[in-house]
Amino acid sequence: METSCSKTRNPFTGAEANAVGVKVDDVSKTYDGHPVLENVSFEVTPGEIFVLMGPSGSGKSVLLRHIAGLEPPTSGTITVSGLDPTLESTRESVRVALVFQAGALFNSLSVYDNLALYPREHRSGDEKAIKQKVMHALQILSVEDAAQKFPSELSGGMKKRVSIARALVMEPQLLLYDEPTSELDPVMSATITEIIATLKQEYSVTSLVVTHDRALALTISNRVGILMDGKLITLGTPGDLTKSNDPRIVDFLNPKIDVLHPRFKKLETQATT
Amino acid sequence: MNQITKILEGVGSVVQLLTRSLSYAGSLPRQWARFVEQCYMIGYTTLPIVAILSFFIGTVLALEAGYAMQDFGAKEFIGSLVGLSMARELGPMMTAVLLAGRVGSAITAELASMTVYQEIDALTTMNIPAAKILVLPRLAAVLVMMPVLIIIANIVGWFGGSVVARYVSYVGIGPEAYFAALRHFTKFKDVMNGMEKAEVFGFVVVLVCCDIGLNTKGGPREIGASVTRGVVVSLILILVLDYFVTKILL
Repeated sequence: METSCSKTRNPFTGAEANAVGVKVDDVSKTYDGHPVLENVSFEVTPGEIFVLMGPSGSGKSVLLRHIAGLEPPTSGTITVSGLDPTLESTRESVRVALVFQAGALFNSLSVYDNLALYPREHRSGDEKAIKQKVMHALQILSVEDAAQKFPSELSGGMKKRVSIARALVMEPQLLLYDEPTSELDPVMSATITEIIATLKQEYSVTSLVVTHDRALALTISNRVGILMDGKLITLGTPGDLTKSNDPRIVDFLNPKIDVLHPRFKKLETQATT
Repeated sequence: MNQITKILEGVGSVVQLLTRSLSYAGSLPRQWARFVEQCYMIGYTTLPIVAILSFFIGTVLALEAGYAMQDFGAKEFIGSLVGLSMARELGPMMTAVLLAGRVGSAITAELASMTVYQEIDALTTMNIPAAKILVLPRLAAVLVMMPVLIIIANIVGWFGGSVVARYVSYVGIGPEAYFAALRHFTKFKDVMNGMEKAEVFGFVVVLVCCDIGLNTKGGPREIGASVTRGVVVSLILILVLDYFVTKILL
């Protein structure tokens, strides 16, 4: 999976490391006999931005949790840089960071301590070096003013940015984003999209983004996969998707107002008159 | 059958958590701040309620003993009864019950909340084991703080008994006679036995509550359910273990 030309650049030291790839091979998952993922297979090549789209409940976030090693699949295999992500030994050798949909910041810690936790626990440098690293990550995401605040004092957009900064402090080789632009206004969504693209351009981190955001998927991704009812129905470049004649893809990418409930149509009519 | 399977799964989960936590014991010196914070939570914040409860347990023991013994003319032995009861049984047991209600519920709520809001998942992806930074400092803190709580509970309880012995008319024995009987019949070994019991109770309460908190599944509603489960299971275990530990220590 790895290629010699794909290197991540450490945002703090500038040191290069191998970008890692992901291989999802015939993965299925069932919860209490109910299938959530069915025979999903794809590969994410080192250094690319891969976007996974799909309607709510299609299994995108579940798949992301599997790639992060938080859950094992019912059948099939997932490897990150050729290793099983659920093993502690893999987490020691490959740095995989996950930006959670709700941020998952530690509420009892300040923003600064949220970011400093990883380097402190893994003893990467003294407190002075950790401070530099944390403040640099906060500056990259333009949230350095929030360093002493607690997560409960942050807006949704700031939480997302702090969450990305926390992932960045891990100097990840693989960065997973779970709905990074959900619940955000269009301006903040565009900012987060730009940040993801910048992180890829500047540091060549392999990125896997789960999103509903059509703009994000079609503007910054190298490849896009669409998951529906637990099945991967298509995989291709953004250009391939926009040219696709598959009605499921067309409907998903260009939702028509007709699909709305008559009540909403009535409201829309009232609003326009 | 399903219940038995659940109980066995619970036991297995607790044993696994204990093993994992102990495997990080070497990291404890580097977790000094977390250890001190937990000592404060488990010891200092529980102390006032332990003291109040123990005082009144001592007074009730003296009242009941005075009432029962006045017919036999054995009121001088009230001190021995209060002393032994507090040191061997009521001190450790009631402190553990308070610990389950106050500290156990707080631990379960905190860890369940961290689980539900994916903070534990975040720790896992950061390769920071919850057993290391969340469980181990609490286990160490309860082992250090339980003896302190027991000593204070015993002293306050004995003092409570002496107040009743002195001022309640139908008891009416002075503190000299009360404490003389207490000293004569309550040996150092009795106090140590009580502390050993308390260590077992405290350790089990914290371990079980951590495990239940970390295994919370579902949404915010499950946090409350986990807290209830944590306290109930802790109370049952305290009472069951009390019999077995007492049997071993006798």
